[in-house]
Amino acid sequence: MTTFTPKPDLPPPPNTVGVVGWVRANLFNSVPNIIMTFVGLYVIWLAAYWIIDWGILKADFVGDKASDCSREGACWVFIQAWFDRFIYGFFPDEEIWRVNVVFVLAGILLAALIIEAVPHKGKIALFSLIGFPIIAFFLLHGGWFGLETVETEKWGGLMLTLVLAVVGIVASFPIGIAFALGRRSNMPIIRSISIVYIEFWRGVPLITVLFMASVMLPLFMTEGTDLNKLIRAMIGITLFQGAYMAEVVRGGLQAIPKGQYEAADALGLSYWQKMGLIILPQALKLMIPGIVNTFIALFKDTSLVLIIGLFDLLSIVQSALTNPDWPGFATEGYLFAGFVFWTFCFGMSRYSQRLEAKLNTSHR
Amino acid sequence: MQSSPQPQVKPRKTGKWWNDPKIRGIFYQVLAALAVAGFLWYITNNALTNMEKRGITTGFDFLSQPAGFGILQSLIDYTEADTYGRTFLVGLLNTVLVSVVGIFFATILGFIMGIARLSHNWLISKIATAYVEIFRNVPLLLQIFFWYFAVLQALPGARNSIEIGGSAFLSVRGLYIPRPVTEDGFGWVIAAFIAAIVLVIAYVKWDHKRQQETGQILPVFWPSVAMLIGLPLIVYWLAGSPMHWDYPELKRFNFAGGIRIIPEFMALLVALVIYTGTYIAETVRSGIEAISHGQTEAALALGLNNSQRLRLIIVPQAMRVIIPPLTNQYLNLTKNSSLATAIGYPDLVSVFAGTTLNQTGQAVEIILMTMAVYLTLSLTTSAFMNWYNKRIALVER
Repeated sequence: MTTFTPKPDLPPPPNTVGVVGWVRANLFNSVPNIIMTFVGLYVIWLAAYWIIDWGILKADFVGDKASDCSREGACWVFIQAWFDRFIYGFFPDEEIWRVNVVFVLAGILLAALIIEAVPHKGKIALFSLIGFPIIAFFLLHGGWFGLETVETEKWGGLMLTLVLAVVGIVASFPIGIAFALGRRSNMPIIRSISIVYIEFWRGVPLITVLFMASVMLPLFMTEGTDLNKLIRAMIGITLFQGAYMAEVVRGGLQAIPKGQYEAADALGLSYWQKMGLIILPQALKLMIPGIVNTFIALFKDTSLVLIIGLFDLLSIVQSALTNPDWPGFATEGYLFAGFVFWTFCFGMSRYSQRLEAKLNTSHR
Repeated sequence: MQSSPQPQVKPRKTGKWWNDPKIRGIFYQVLAALAVAGFLWYITNNALTNMEKRGITTGFDFLSQPAGFGILQSLIDYTEADTYGRTFLVGLLNTVLVSVVGIFFATILGFIMGIARLSHNWLISKIATAYVEIFRNVPLLLQIFFWYFAVLQALPGARNSIEIGGSAFLSVRGLYIPRPVTEDGFGWVIAAFIAAIVLVIAYVKWDHKRQQETGQILPVFWPSVAMLIGLPLIVYWLAGSPMHWDYPELKRFNFAGGIRIIPEFMALLVALVIYTGTYIAETVRSGIEAISHGQTEAALALGLNNSQRLRLIIVPQAMRVIIPPLTNQYLNLTKNSSLATAIGYPDLVSVFAGTTLNQTGQAVEIILMTMAVYLTLSLTTSAFMNWYNKRIALVER
């Protein structure tokens, strides 16, 4: 008797594995797919060709005036020359370090909040919400501790965009909590007031809110009160954002199982104890992705303040484009502003997606 | 054994009346109502005093006064002699125009990109992903500026305009396209089209009934298309071609004839379509992904072919997930069209809350009227959505 010795397995056909196999399976597996692949390759080639040819090969990088550019490709000299204005607005050159300190401080706090290994998250969060804005205000505005006062009219660029977005989100948070609780309340009058507030602001475009803040708000004040443009814009944005925040908070509150409410009631906790000790701490965790998403929307929307005459990043780029010494750099200017906005928004959306995925697994 | 009668339990009165949650509730609500009323009274009072001091008239009388300014684009007859009320209407119609056209194209782009993201073709799905991630994360206003100032303003002048297909011309002044001019007898063509629609509906019903009785299926799609296109064409030919095209022609400095699409409209439309398209693409993708793979397998097990599976199983279920957020995106597009004011497209905000407000100075009335338009729109939409959601909600055991 001969023992059966199996032959070794044949290797898979070479055109089904490795790079070739992948390409066959994913790009060339049917006639329509082959056509689409070639169309796709053509689109990519067009885009890549333009970016490399216009943006790098034919571009000018050195110089300090418009005539230093050959104009055959991009003129990145324009961005270099205006860079400080784009970032700091009309902040006096010798005071720019103050803005940088605020940026660095914000960066450190943000990193501490995002990196999971850092302990004392609660204390850091509390400091970023209360301590940091005060420090930032004193550093940016000045007038104390021998710092020169920089009027808000001189604020601008990316710095103003960030200030508006951060103030908008932080100030709207308490408003959001209040109206979200109001909307879920059992008291009919409180509930109706909250619903009217939320639906009103969510129903109108931000631009009309900004118009309202800039032309109607001064009429509503007692005579003599004079609010500057920045504060008016901030009030408008905060009221508007408060309604969106309320919906995010409501989403978080609804996600908490009913048993938690009932358990808190059974323990004899009062309404505020129940909310403050049991419901909100749990709901807050679930709200973070929603808050980040609203923040992204707000960050993009701050560009609308251009219409009421504030100089945010887009607005400064826009005014640089109308400068007679620098004619015809629209593409470069918008690409730069777009790139800055995109970096922030894309980074935040990635963070929020990661967070959502993490929260999802812990609740299934 | 006789049970002793239960002693009547009297509700014990414990605590004070101010600890009664009912009374407290009423108290807080009255307090809130008073606070809101007081606040409203305060700002109204201030506004009235301030307006009186500054000599601003109040009321809606200004709506019947002559406006005295021109508007770049108007769907209805408008001259400078018309009233401010008319400018409201012109602006409103321009907003509706850009919103409706924008919604149409954004839906097409969004569905194509959303499906492309799920494509098995790796390259196509990556291109769609890149499109979504790039354009969603850049502010809409910046995109509008880009299309308007960097692209459309950089086009050649009318004399050197770019010719598209020999009859459309693109220049810095806008896009000129031929205009269809109908003659007598064109009504017959429209009548034929309506008749075709009725015929198609009847055919589909008859086919459905026949399928129920015999189990045989006749082709529906291509015969319907043939009817919808063929019937009007035949009537058009029979009626002696009652339509001709009015082509734009280059006169000394500019084009004459045809339809002019102003660059402001194009820039706004392109930006709105591309921006909203990204959100619609995400909506469509998540809607399709929400259907479990078991549904596809069950459809295959029942012996449905590819198109039946899509038409009868996948799409109806996906639509239930897609439609509510889709409506939201339509609403966002309409609200975002108010950014028109930044490039001067004459929409409601630009014309009415812009020029008219500056001329009359009646900020309160005008802003409130503008807000009321958008508010009506969004409340109607959300009322419709609530009704729709209730109608299609899964009825579970």
